[in-house]
Amino acid sequence: MTTLTPIEIWLLLAAAGLATLLTRASFIFAEGHYSAPGWLRQLMPFVPIATLTALTIPDIALIEGALALGLGNAKLWAGVVAVLVAARWKNILLTIASGFAALIVLRQLI
Amino acid sequence: MLLHQELTRRQAFSLGLRAVLPMHLGVAPFGLIYGVVAVQSGIPALAAVLMSSVVFAGSSQFLIAQMVGTSAPMLIALGAVILVNLRHALYSASVAPALVHLPNRWKALLAYLLTDEAYAAAIPSLLATPRPPNAHWVLFGSGIGLWSGWQLATLAGVLIGAQLPSGLDLEFALPLTFIAIVVPMINSRARLIAAAVAGMAALVLAGLPFKTGLLLAAITGLIAGAMASKGKAA
Repeated sequence: MTTLTPIEIWLLLAAAGLATLLTRASFIFAEGHYSAPGWLRQLMPFVPIATLTALTIPDIALIEGALALGLGNAKLWAGVVAVLVAARWKNILLTIASGFAALIVLRQLI
Repeated sequence: MLLHQELTRRQAFSLGLRAVLPMHLGVAPFGLIYGVVAVQSGIPALAAVLMSSVVFAGSSQFLIAQMVGTSAPMLIALGAVILVNLRHALYSASVAPALVHLPNRWKALLAYLLTDEAYAAAIPSLLATPRPPNAHWVLFGSGIGLWSGWQLATLAGVLIGAQLPSGLDLEFALPLTFIAIVVPMINSRARLIAAAVAGMAALVLAGLPFKTGLLLAAITGLIAGAMASKGKAA
């Protein structure tokens, strides 16, 4: 249980909400008022891939902050199954379902 | 693709809505586990529920719940949230040219709805050339679809709370959802390099404080992808 007071939690919530909205609005509102350099435009096509991969890999390849590439890391291998299913069938529902199914099976085996 | 150019507003909205539909299989368990963790960490139930519409960012809400649970100082928690959220500035930059002609109320609404999933679902329409005139309605549809599912899932998590059995690995839903989104996007050598470099950099930089490694790794991947595609289409 937290030692933060309810007031502090509500303040944190409001500040986090404002910061998130301002971040998301930043370039949308700036567009047209500045000219983005060419090199910046060249980076943009890679934004979804680079960002979501950077979010995902540590979640499945690290355990408590340490690299875990062994057979004992069920999430890693369930993730590999999901990657293969996604590459073959390009189906979101099937990928998520097979990843969870693989994790359940691997948890039994390991 | 001719049809794409002639989408009515209604069809564009429905296209976005349907694009996020399968993602709910991943979003719902993650929303559920957020609700449970938030209540267990000592966040008042009402604040935990409202956070889903005020912050409306899954990984940030999860981080807030964890930091409140460990009684991290408020400013540290806020700083971590800002850093984890900086990737949304990249999303903002990437959709900005497609939204530049819209009135400010539209820009504000679409900025509010700009989550990982809604962005990924709408980006093919937003970046299509020539751009469909109603492309922003696709983002509106994917945004509303994701928003609705997220509110329901997190509300359910807060209500169920401690009754949810532990050891269900529900947090695994988030990486699975992102795998399902990213892998089909990798259709060129440059994109594969961007993903590989971002992923490896994220592992190397994972130890950096307050999740700064995430943004640095993403930027490293962007640069690697752009360098690999020099002179070629991405």
